Parts: sequence; structure tokens; C-alpha cells
Amino acid sequence: MLHLLQKPLEAAKPTRRTFLKMSAGTVGGLVIAMNLPRAAEAAAGDGELIQPFVHIRPDNTVVVLSKHLDKGQGTATGLTTLVADELDASWEQVTAEHAPSNPQVYANTLFGVQGTGGSTAMANSFMQYRQAGAAAKAMIVAAAAKDWGVPAEEITVSDGVVRHASGKSATLGDLAGLAAQEEVPAEPKLKTPDQWVYIGKSFPRVDVKNKTVGAPNTYTMDFQPDGLLVATVARSPRFGGTVKSFDATEAKAVPGVVNVLQIPNGIAVVAESTWPAIQARDLLEIEWDDSAAETRSSDAMMDELKYMTGQPGVKVREDGDIDAALEGSARVIEADFDFPFLAHGAMEPLDAAILFDGETAELWLGSQIQTIDHNVASAVLGIPFENVKINTLWAGGSFGRRAQADAHPVMEVAMLAKAMQAAGMDPAPVKIVWTREDDMAGGYYRPMSAHKIKVGLDENNNVTAFKYNIAAKSIIKGTPFEAMLMKDGVDHNMTEGAHDTTYAFPLMNMDQAYQETQVPVLWWRSVGHTHTAYVMETMVDRLAKEAGKDPVAYRLEMIKDDPRKVNVLKLAAEKAGWDTPAPEGRFRGVAAHKSFGSYVAEVAEISFREDGTVKVEKVVAAVDCGTPINPDNIRAQVEGGIGYGLGAILRNQVTLADGYVEETNFDTYEPIRMSDMPEIEVHIVASNEAPTGIGEPGTPPIGPAVANAIAAARDEWVTSLPLTKAGLV
Amino acid sequence: MSITLKINGETRTLDADPESPLLWALRDELGMTGTKFGCGIAACGACTVHMDGMPIRSCQTYVGDLEGAEITTIEGIDGKAATAVQAAWNELDVPQCGYCQSGQIMAATALLSETPKPTDEDIDAAMDGNVCRCATYARIRKAIHLASDKMEA
Repeated sequence: MLHLLQKPLEAAKPTRRTFLKMSAGTVGGLVIAMNLPRAAEAAAGDGELIQPFVHIRPDNTVVVLSKHLDKGQGTATGLTTLVADELDASWEQVTAEHAPSNPQVYANTLFGVQGTGGSTAMANSFMQYRQAGAAAKAMIVAAAAKDWGVPAEEITVSDGVVRHASGKSATLGDLAGLAAQEEVPAEPKLKTPDQWVYIGKSFPRVDVKNKTVGAPNTYTMDFQPDGLLVATVARSPRFGGTVKSFDATEAKAVPGVVNVLQIPNGIAVVAESTWPAIQARDLLEIEWDDSAAETRSSDAMMDELKYMTGQPGVKVREDGDIDAALEGSARVIEADFDFPFLAHGAMEPLDAAILFDGETAELWLGSQIQTIDHNVASAVLGIPFENVKINTLWAGGSFGRRAQADAHPVMEVAMLAKAMQAAGMDPAPVKIVWTREDDMAGGYYRPMSAHKIKVGLDENNNVTAFKYNIAAKSIIKGTPFEAMLMKDGVDHNMTEGAHDTTYAFPLMNMDQAYQETQVPVLWWRSVGHTHTAYVMETMVDRLAKEAGKDPVAYRLEMIKDDPRKVNVLKLAAEKAGWDTPAPEGRFRGVAAHKSFGSYVAEVAEISFREDGTVKVEKVVAAVDCGTPINPDNIRAQVEGGIGYGLGAILRNQVTLADGYVEETNFDTYEPIRMSDMPEIEVHIVASNEAPTGIGEPGTPPIGPAVANAIAAARDEWVTSLPLTKAGLV
Repeated sequence: MSITLKINGETRTLDADPESPLLWALRDELGMTGTKFGCGIAACGACTVHMDGMPIRSCQTYVGDLEGAEITTIEGIDGKAATAVQAAWNELDVPQCGYCQSGQIMAATALLSETPKPTDEDIDAAMDGNVCRCATYARIRKAIHLASDKMEA
């Protein structure tokens, strides 16, 4: 998702000024006074060791503060693993909580602001959280040494117990208060990999117990403080529409409805509980002004995208005179691809809660970019940054949906709180609940896109030139991220996984064109790779066929300088039995793709049902994500990533008819279900490289692996998704 | 109006419209938030509870129709199948975001109560109504088989 932030930030860390500029755009030009709070200081609590990333309590619990939102990807467990390992805590005593919003302490070191995305959580935290654990351990040991009057070097810590040969021993909790008086070591000594006790092993998730008993106060949807009001918002059914007039007479008459208020993006129904808020909203009579709204159908928008791919665009990569190279080729293979809008469809619909008393505000939500949410709340409410507190709660999925450049759920709930105050209502906590229809028809989709490919071949079927034109709405152009993230006027986010391919094409040019539409678009699990991997990996399969070569062998020849990709491809092929024929009635396809620093190869094995539809039977994946921190979680993320991507290519699309969204719930946007799910094997490459992402990289290869398996049976590559369009589902 | 329901073995009285969904009565009136809101149209199974042991979608079940029925939610399940299911879910680290898992566990418990040794086809049939957007299906399937083994042990 937010990995796009990495590239510019590696070159130039954001200054306060660039971030101010970025935030300012999120609230329509408002200049935000961004007063960052002081960095949290080590504090001596009552018998407690309080450090920014870890608290050790007198009751012997060790709480790891996750600066990242855990939305299912297992980050809280990963960060806990890092701290627990260096601290030598026992797994039974560790737990995790979300950290407060504080960009000076909890910034994603790859973003410069506090936020989660781009599969960066482990990559940016690996050293930081280990150092936090090691520092806490050093403080515990120093405290024990003083207390016991023994040299620190003679003290050992293991499984949460501090010991000395004299027979003295104590728990971490026993020593927490004394340790808090010790100096925090600037550069604590870290373990060497052979000393790790948790890293590289698979200890259970820290959140699994709560998630199997329906524990309260886990998700924002479950946040129910005393006096809570619940609101629904009627937003324009067409993107970009505004309220012309409304009549709330009938809505206000519904028992339980407290008020109906206009806010800048719609009409909010505020009620004592959720059901009246949902019911009463249906009774609102609203006339919308669609003069600035998107009123086209998605078909018309796709026609425009296809046209755009036939025209020269913004140069993303230009190796040379591609048209001359194509002209001089023995022959040219052409292909046009089109992919639809996709909704994220996280299980927990969007939601956010706030309590605003006129001077201070507290928010509760699955905040994915806390620093933006924090600044937007501060700006909308007109109160200083330090008067806003963000409580990050566990999120019921995101897949990118909760990482908005415009912080629109926070903006909306803050606007509602302001409207309530203006209406003379007493301060009360209020939560906006999105229904499934609100969530799905509310935009922020994976952009629809068109792709035009022309590949030149010589007499021996070697590639001479690869020309790739893509058109889509840019996720970052025109948003507050543009100033930071578009480099030389190019959105590399749209073309990642293609312009940077390691396939050895002698000449490759790539152009991009941006569609203008009011339909908001957003990163969707693996972002640009969702479309580029499909195009590149199905095209390479075609090129292998043209060259009369095996798809795996052809790829290996073409990625000789990419040893880690070679490795995962070989491993997946070996484990899938690529060299042996597929079982009767089954067909195999392969794809290998790098994203977010990680390499994944997948072999899909499919069969056809009697009615000709595709059943994906089995997927064998090989992954190299650097040092594996929790192998079982890596497997879980790859399993889930495959399922998520598979559901989309099988039958998911969001279409518009005259600007109105046609798929608004799981009846028409039919998610992948149990009976669709293939058997999955995940093989992890042993590695000492720095850890890289795993939340997203499992997703990109599955689409092309399945398409290539279909092509193995039918000699035809599907170029228009989802597969329902070709009658294959 | 005043409605009396039997939930998790206890008699609960609430003031509610008889045509309001059980889901919102549980969550908002009784504060039992383990049962989740996912779609509101019985298409995702996140709101699954048991009525007299059978899995039902509480978002499409109206409180006025529940007189005399025994409702069980994730907060109240126990018994051999439920214990085995929750243990298996923990052992295999099934949940990711976890939001659908109350419903998955309710559906799996109902399945195993009826069919202690389910086949993969039985699992497909019983669980296809429960959506998991994290796609933890492969682990759910394994966990149901594991729970079945645990019940036998």
C-alpha cells in the first residue's frame, strides 16, 4: 500500500515542511498548525518500566506497543517477537497493544510519519524493536546487579527469569521498578541470529485468544462507551455529487433518532443505537446536485482508458526508439488487457468514533496512518495537535482501505462532532458506522486500468522490444501525496512490477496516462502489482510458448541476474513437481513476481468442471522475504494473499451504470468462499537478508499463475478480468 | 415494546421493536458485541448465532419471532464441539483480522455437533455461507478436522 512512500523518502526524508504541505491538502487547503508533541520520555511508573516500545508491569506482564495497525497481518505478533527475543521474556508473559499517535516516537522509519502499509512493518521495525527489547533487558540486568551486589556480566536472563549463580533470581516484573531508574542504553548489544529464541520460530499470535471468544473492545465496531451515539451518513450515490436539499421529517420521527445534521459530504442521522440510524437514513428525502459528479458508466470509462493506451503518454521508462525496433522486428505480438475497479471489502465495514468537548478530542478507530488522521482531526476541529488523542483499535481487515490520503472517515466524524456542537448538543461520544453498502459503494477502489502491449520478436523468437502503455486513474496524482511521491511527473506506483522488471528485454519502453474521474481510487493489497504482475507474467508465458520453451525454463533464462527470483521459481517448480506431468485432467501454470522487496513464485494447478468453469485445486508457493520472523505467519499471509487475489480474478468487479455503483454488497460482489479455496503449500527460503514485506507479496502471482494454467489447457490467455467475463467461473 | 429472549441460558428482557434484527439487539441493547455486523443481508455469516442449536444469521432474524427460542452466541457457547473448535482455532492460529471468526466458530460448532466426522464436502456445505476476507479458509478447514479429532480423543 504505502510502499510508494518508501522511494522518495529513501532519497529525502520528509521534513516537517513537506509533511505540512501534504497534510494541508487533505483538508482542502487549510493550513495546519502542526505542533508535534515532545518525544515520549522514559518514565518511572509505580514499579513499572515504561519505555516507548515496551512496558514491563509489576504483575510481570510485558506489553509491546505496536506503532503499526494490526489489521490481521500479524504485525503485533511480529513486533512482540522482536522485543521478547532480545528481552528474553517468556512467551506467556508478552502481550501487545497499539501505540499512541506520536510521529516523533512512532514514525514508520520508511515513511517519516506514523503509518502502516506497503508491507513495511517488519522491514522498518526490525532493528528498532530489537533494540527496544535489548535496552529493556540491559536496564533489568543493571538493576539486578545493583540490587544483588553482583557484576552485571554474571547475570543471565532466560524465559523471563533473571538469575545469578549465587542462587538469586527474580522475574522481569519484580525488577521493573528498579530498572526504570537505570539509564537507557543508547546502543544496546543485540543478539546474533544463533542466539534467537523466538525469531525464526513460530510462536502463537498474541491476538488469537481474543479473536476466538468474541472478546469485547477489540474492534471499533464494538466500541460502546456509556452514552455512545451512533450515526449513519447519507452520502452522494454518485461520486462528486453534493446535497441540494433535504427533508428529514420522517427520519427524525423514528424512535431512537436524536438528530439529523448536514455535514459537508452528506446528511448524518444521529441515533441512540445502530439500527434506528440505519432505518431512519432510508427515510431521508435528499435531492442531490450531480453537476460535478461522475455520471459515466464504467464501460464508457474503460473505452476511454483503452483509447488512452493507444496514444503517447507520460514516459515512465524509455530505453530507446521502440517504434523503430518494433518496425524492424520479424513479427510483433500484441495484447490488450483490461481490469475492473475492485473493492477492498474488509469484513469490518469502515467506522470511526470521536468524543469532542470543544477543546479536546479523542478518537477511536483502526487508524492506519495515524499522523494524517491526527492532523486532519486537529485541522477540522480547529484545535491544537496535542489536544487530539488517537486510540488505534484492532481492525477487521483493511487491504489498503484504511490508509487514505484524505483521512475521510476521520474528517467525516470530526465534521459530525463539530456539527453536533454547533447544534447545541451536549458533548457525547459518537461513532459513524458504514453499512456494507456504504463501504462497497463508497469508492476508493483499486483503479480500473487498460494495458496495451507490443512485443517485437526476431527470427528466432527472441524478444527485440517490449512496449507497454498503461492507462488508469492515478492513486496519488491530485492527492496530498503527489508533491512527495510523484517524481518527474511520473506515478511509479502505477507501473511498479513492470517498469522495473528484471526480465532481460533488450529494449523496453513504458508510458502511462491518467484518467480523470471523480471516482476515488486507493491502494488495494499489492497496489500496482495487482495489474502489472498479471500482464507481465501472462505475456512472458506467451513469449515462452512463441519460443517453444517451457515456461519455467524460459523465465530462468530471462532472469539470470535476479538470483533470489531464480531461487523461488526453482523451489516452487520443484515442490510442485513441475518436471512431472500434471495429474489427469489437471493443468499447471506458473508465475513469479517481486513486490515490496519479497520474491514469490506460485504454481497453480487447475481443473475444469463439467460446465467448463475453472476450479483451482492447488497452489504451491515459494517465498523469500528475507529473515523469516514468524514462519507460520508468513505462511498465513501467503495463504490469505493467494485467496484474496484469487477471489478477485475469479469474479470480482465494481461497475458503474450512469455513475451509480452496481455491486453494493456480498450478493453481487461475491467473495471467495470455502469451496473456492485451493489447497495451498507455502515454502519459505531460509535467508539472512533483512526482512521484507509479506502482507502483500503473496497476492500478485496468483492471477497470472491461474491464467497460465488455463492457457496450458486452451492455448489462450485471458486478458479481461474477472474470469466470469470469459464464462470460466 | 418489551420482549423477552432466552440468550446463553439467561432470560433477558429488552425494549425493542419486534421487527428489529436480533443482531442489533444483541450488540447494542445487550452489549454482546462478539456477534459481528458484516453485510446485513445474510450473505457473509459474520452474525451467525445458534437458535436451538441451529446456525442462523442474526441480521435477518427478528426479535419478535424468537419467543421460546434458545439463542446461543459466541459469548455463551460451551460443550464438547465448541471447546474443541476454539482449541483447534488457537492451535492452528486460524484468525488473521478475526472479525469473521465468531461466525466461523458458531458455524463450525453447529457442523460438528451434527456431524462429528465431517468430510471436506460437508465442510464446504456447512461453511460456504461464512465469508473470510483474509481467506483463512485453508486453516478453518484444517481446524475443523482437528477439532473433530479432539472430540474423538
